[in-house]
Amino acid sequence: MMMTVETQENESYSTSRAYIRAFSAFWGVYKRNKMGVIGLCMLIFFVVVAILAPIIAPYDPSREFLSSTLLPPSWIHLFGTNEAGQDLFSQVIYGTKASLTVGFAAAFIASTIGTLIGITAGYFGQLVRDLLMRLTDFFIVIPALVLMIVLASVMGSGLTSVVLAIGLVGWTGTARVVMSQTLSLKERAFVEASRASGAGDFYILRNHILPNVMPVVFAQTVLVVANSILYEATLTFLGLGNPNQVTWGQILQFAFVSGAILTAWWYVIPPGLSIMLVVLAFSLTGYSLDLVFNPRVRKI
Amino acid sequence: MVNLAYVARKVTGLLITVFLVLTFNFYLFRVLPGNPVTLLFRGVGLSAEQIRELTSQFGLDQPLWVQYSAYIRNTLSGNLGISFQSRAPVLNLVLPSLVNTAILLSVASFLSIGAGIFIGIVSAWRRGSKIDITASATTLVLYSMPTFWLGLVLLFIGVIYLHLPVGGMMTISFVTIGALPQLADLTRHMILPLMTLVLGLTGQYVLVMKGALLDVFTEDYMVTARAKGISNSKLLWDHGFRNAVLPMMSLVALNLGLSIGGAVQTETVFSWPGMGLLIYRAILARDYPVLQGAFLVVTVAVILTNFVADMLYPLLDPRVT
Repeated sequence: MMMTVETQENESYSTSRAYIRAFSAFWGVYKRNKMGVIGLCMLIFFVVVAILAPIIAPYDPSREFLSSTLLPPSWIHLFGTNEAGQDLFSQVIYGTKASLTVGFAAAFIASTIGTLIGITAGYFGQLVRDLLMRLTDFFIVIPALVLMIVLASVMGSGLTSVVLAIGLVGWTGTARVVMSQTLSLKERAFVEASRASGAGDFYILRNHILPNVMPVVFAQTVLVVANSILYEATLTFLGLGNPNQVTWGQILQFAFVSGAILTAWWYVIPPGLSIMLVVLAFSLTGYSLDLVFNPRVRKI
Repeated sequence: MVNLAYVARKVTGLLITVFLVLTFNFYLFRVLPGNPVTLLFRGVGLSAEQIRELTSQFGLDQPLWVQYSAYIRNTLSGNLGISFQSRAPVLNLVLPSLVNTAILLSVASFLSIGAGIFIGIVSAWRRGSKIDITASATTLVLYSMPTFWLGLVLLFIGVIYLHLPVGGMMTISFVTIGALPQLADLTRHMILPLMTLVLGLTGQYVLVMKGALLDVFTEDYMVTARAKGISNSKLLWDHGFRNAVLPMMSLVALNLGLSIGGAVQTETVFSWPGMGLLIYRAILARDYPVLQGAFLVVTVAVILTNFVADMLYPLLDPRVT
């Protein structure tokens, strides 16, 4: 009994050691890319803001200070107030959480679809590949934003529809990258050896192909989060979000619809800059991860 | 010169894609909650008897495949349904909007492709220089901005400081004043939306042009040309540019979908009466027939443009078959 427990402990100890070693090897390459480190720091900053939103925000974002509508920034209202007298600083802080959540959720859906389609297209024969790539090309050619608008409006307005619409349209890039990775992986010696020793397709896909495409999928997902946040803001701005749910796009929609954009610059600048910085953070991190994980990416 | 097999392959692809779009569009709007009749006559207060009568009049009680073939027949003959909101035929709303979007988007694309080629060449030729780094950083920052937000900021600056018109395409009172002032009026209305779109679109062309040129620079014929002692400018223009601009041209058509996304946002911000504004107003009014028609027309327009590009491509590049 004692022996088993001890070996198990040893095993978990050595696997965690292996993880630490793998991570420090990864970090050794990643940290050489200055832009990637800056992006990662910005990303961590926004995630912390999202988590600590209730502590950082001075007011309830929906609370209406009825006598102080459309006030410019001051020490009481750092980013000023909107036409309903709500504190814009608190709204932008709370919006961080909503925008990040939507971005992650949509990217998760898109990456799952993209990985499944990419692996299937890359692993199975020419016919499956041609069919799936034709489908992918079809989705690439169709104007993505218009397709998302149509999908979201059919599903009814709200953030769930927005997430689904972005996820169902935004998988094409991942599918292509995963397909080309799978194509080269399946010709590699260890896969052939596995097949020669009688492993089935499903076993090979799960134990050899999937683990080896995961790093690239991870890098790709970080990039898809950036796109998803942009699309969320756009769809919400176009009136497909939930008016009661504060996101950066929703704040901008209210600024636009109320006509405040021509007078209240403080209403428009902070949410827009937040979107820009978050997207920048995810893009820089994603490109740098891709450089580490996908050795064939050429540095432009 | 044009390979017949190539044309046949592209035409088949075109037909399949258009057919897919039609089918997709039909099923998508059939999963909508509620009966189109009750949606169309919202607030009119029809009796159950009238609803049943109208349902059969519209053929909505027919089996799905009968509805589907009716839909295909109607669409091909230009009947895209009736707007819930204005009760006008959707086709009459879509066509003028399509023209206005084409005007805005073609000028914007022309300018941003030109700028993209120019900046891309400079960045690739002087790789790692200050110009290259500035161009890359600007591209990344512009890419990270939502196009509609860039539009809002430009709208604020343009209207407050430059006294440009807030939106629309023309000042209505100018209509009878003659061609030249009218063109000047159109230009004044176009400045801000054009700036927004050009800033939003140029980045992708810079990246493509630069990438293509850098690819070409590593080709053997470039090394050969350099070894023969050809001057730098001849090397860049006769050998580099001519080979790099071809992949760029094929991407222009592929990126059209992305450009339309930018146009939808720009038109919404500046009330430019194109497809984007039509779609935005249809979203707000939940005007599904207009959304369906606009989606169909935009998508088919993009597919047709890609087809035309595919047809022109072998004429530009004899290597493609």
